[in-house]
Amino acid sequence: MSDVTLPASLQGVEPVKAIRTPATLNYIYSAGRASSHFLHRVAEKRLVGQRCPACRKVYVPPRGSCPTDGVAMDEEVELGHSGTITSFCVVNVPFMGTLMEIPYTSALILLDGSDIPIMHLIQEVAVTDVHSGMRVEAVWVPDEEVGPTLESIKYFRPTGEPDADFATYKDNV
Amino acid sequence: MREVAVISFAQQLGRSISDINEVELLMPLMGEALAGAGISKDRVDFVCSSSSDYLAGQPFSFVMSLDAFGPFPPISESHVDMDGAWALYEAWVKIQLGKADIALVYAYGKSSPGDIRRVLSRQLDPYTLGPLWLDSVSVAALQARAGLDAGTFTEAEIAAVVAANRRAGMSNPHAHLTGDHQPDALLAEPEFVAPLRKHDCPPITDGAAVMILAAGDVARELSARPAWIRGIDHRIEAAALGVRDLTSSPSTALAAARAGVNDGPIDFAEVHAPFAHQELIVRSALGLGADVTVNPSGGALCANPIMTAGLVRIGEAATRITNGQGDRAVAHATSGPCLQQNLVCVLEGA
Repeated sequence: MSDVTLPASLQGVEPVKAIRTPATLNYIYSAGRASSHFLHRVAEKRLVGQRCPACRKVYVPPRGSCPTDGVAMDEEVELGHSGTITSFCVVNVPFMGTLMEIPYTSALILLDGSDIPIMHLIQEVAVTDVHSGMRVEAVWVPDEEVGPTLESIKYFRPTGEPDADFATYKDNV
Repeated sequence: MREVAVISFAQQLGRSISDINEVELLMPLMGEALAGAGISKDRVDFVCSSSSDYLAGQPFSFVMSLDAFGPFPPISESHVDMDGAWALYEAWVKIQLGKADIALVYAYGKSSPGDIRRVLSRQLDPYTLGPLWLDSVSVAALQARAGLDAGTFTEAEIAAVVAANRRAGMSNPHAHLTGDHQPDALLAEPEFVAPLRKHDCPPITDGAAVMILAAGDVARELSARPAWIRGIDHRIEAAALGVRDLTSSPSTALAAARAGVNDGPIDFAEVHAPFAHQELIVRSALGLGADVTVNPSGGALCANPIMTAGLVRIGEAATRITNGQGDRAVAHATSGPCLQQNLVCVLEGA
């Protein structure tokens, strides 16, 4: 890079090393047809997925389209409120915006009747006892607080059932 | 050079598409474009998409859009944060390199979820112009003022552009801001952001488009009359508005020369000019004769899906060529403030 010679009026002026230019943009987000339908069912304390007509897999939350086959999914499937932990993460580091007391466990849960896990919190169990294959169930917020959001499920907790057979979730680890 | 043609095109444009998300918007168009080419997705060698996270308001939003295609088994794909016309360019290069015989190009974007004028201000340089929140209409108004002051065009000529586009749009089912207006009546309207009147500005449009390209004999096998891309080139100007002459478009002129626009007669042109005065600047830069019909589709003044409108110009031109409504057309796409980046494409039916 060649040297820049400043005009006399700018010589000796303290250089600007950084500027701060905050920017905020607001959006009205459209969840879309499939996700809206899913969230409305959550408000009824129901969990529904969609089955792909080609690969027969059940996706939750449903997106209206099978990401593998690129075809529309219109068959709705009612899912259980229990599932199996496929994998998990113990969070030991606090980060901005978190509402949880550390350590806590975030897990991928394969809901009964579905083929893809959802992510949610695991509570009512020591973090050291959480493991893959553990059977868990949804704990919903009080009925008057249930709405079209996954926060309507407070967390998942162990059911006390024996661990699921590895074969039932081997495709999701 | 390999011969490359547009063999199929599908689009959905509208004022505000709020009941479906981007994947739900794209998926039927993928099906329509593939059906139009008479192929299934397994014959597609390369997929290239175009969108902007700034429109969606979420990071990596384009990754999800691949669900509309179904990228399994793993596919060869790429993405550009520019108008879909540049995704087409990347696909064209891929075919030139012999890496693909059939490519699918898609572009999408909803302008309605955010305040599009503020969103577009984020493409200005972040040090001097961005902090001023100089919005897209104001930037275009500066350009129009510069052109009027320099005598490059007149208000009457701008009004004539508006009248011609909005009238042409009346026969385009994908256009959503159309009408039969007299230029004199338009000039009687009040100014919106001086010197622009509201009708000089594009509508806010949500939309998506899917195009299929094929090489040589594959194109001939799949289409009775492919729209051959005989020339294509794109050029960019400086990001700083202050160092440009906003009344002309040297990047369009250079791209037009490289694409061979005037190597033969032009039956019609599709020009991507979101603001009416920009059509006059581009028309001049392309060197089009006064007899050339510009924007039989109604252009971006009738439907302006950000990230998609340029690809739509090429798709509209290609569809007309394939339907026998012309033998040689020029299509133009732009990106950035005040026609900063320009792509020119020459399409032929034989």
